[in-house]
Amino acid sequence: MKEWKPLAEFQLDVLKEVGNIGAGHAATALSNLLDKPVDMLVPQVRLVPFEGISESVGGAEEVVVAIYLRVEGETPGNMFFILSEESAKGLLRNLAGMETEKEDGFTDMELSALNEIGNILAGSYLSSLADLTKLNMAPTVPALAMDMAGAILSYGLLQHGQMGDHALFIDTKFLNGEEEVEGRFFLIPDPDSFDVLFSALGVTS
Amino acid sequence: MMKSSNLIKVGMADLQVAAQPDVLKSAGLGSCVGVTLFDPESRVGGMAHIMLPSSDIAREGQLNLAKYADTAIPELIRLMVSRGASVKRLESKMAGGSQMFAFSTGSDSMRIGPRNAESCKTMLSKYAIPLMAEDTGGNHGRTIEFDCSTGVLSVRSVQKGSKEL
Repeated sequence: MKEWKPLAEFQLDVLKEVGNIGAGHAATALSNLLDKPVDMLVPQVRLVPFEGISESVGGAEEVVVAIYLRVEGETPGNMFFILSEESAKGLLRNLAGMETEKEDGFTDMELSALNEIGNILAGSYLSSLADLTKLNMAPTVPALAMDMAGAILSYGLLQHGQMGDHALFIDTKFLNGEEEVEGRFFLIPDPDSFDVLFSALGVTS
Repeated sequence: MMKSSNLIKVGMADLQVAAQPDVLKSAGLGSCVGVTLFDPESRVGGMAHIMLPSSDIAREGQLNLAKYADTAIPELIRLMVSRGASVKRLESKMAGGSQMFAFSTGSDSMRIGPRNAESCKTMLSKYAIPLMAEDTGGNHGRTIEFDCSTGVLSVRSVQKGSKEL
């Protein structure tokens, strides 16, 4: 049986840096796609009760567009790229230079484009981490859902559910200021992945 | 004077018991299942927001009974009986247990929603509690509210609108 032991300050710093590098590459990829500057906030590493994760995107009932993929390999985990409906429309507009066709929701083509954007960003996040750690991390094919944040994010907490009522996750916010495209990355490594990650980075507890 | 009702929030991996005229609410159920129990005579109601089917896989130190179908339902019954409900009169409703994402890789955790619902039903039949209505499965999230005055379970979803069970 293994429970969460509190992480030392330097371990949190290491995770923050992991988020920084991964999200930094994803931000660059997004910036290239949009051909516009993309800012990102300093990643936050948080150990929060389950409720707290959906609180951070506006509450369990807040409708969001989410691209989810499972990370496989030596440090399995879950990854989400989350946008508000407004941001998702902004992203499509920026990227394709077109107004979205439907007032509410998206066409299949638009959803497919969003899924691919999520795929590209998550892929660049992960491949930079794999390079850094020399660990094998492979993303699964992404899936997209537009639904309540609580329903979506809870899916990423199942592995944590076996160990307690908290999850440790790395949260990074993206901003494309003037166009108001805002997105967030959640990397939620499985509980057993942290030790592997720390030892690959040369910080053992 | 009529007592005004309180809205009692049931968080993820949480359970709560209340009585008329209070309302129990769980927001954003995905693969989790919201199970309600109700004693129509004493108007005592309970709701559990269940996350996983079985506590066998638990690795946590202090077991959170509310999280697993096989532990949450007995605990909910125990608390409701202590509030004056009778096990013989209990009725159940449930909602949730969807598969938010469809994958062809199909590992076991992908099917967690349907498994949660199945496990809840197994527990209910163990206590001979009838399942009056359910809205489970699919691939969408749900928010549920249970009115302890009427025993009505309202289910709201983004894609499918609202319904009452």
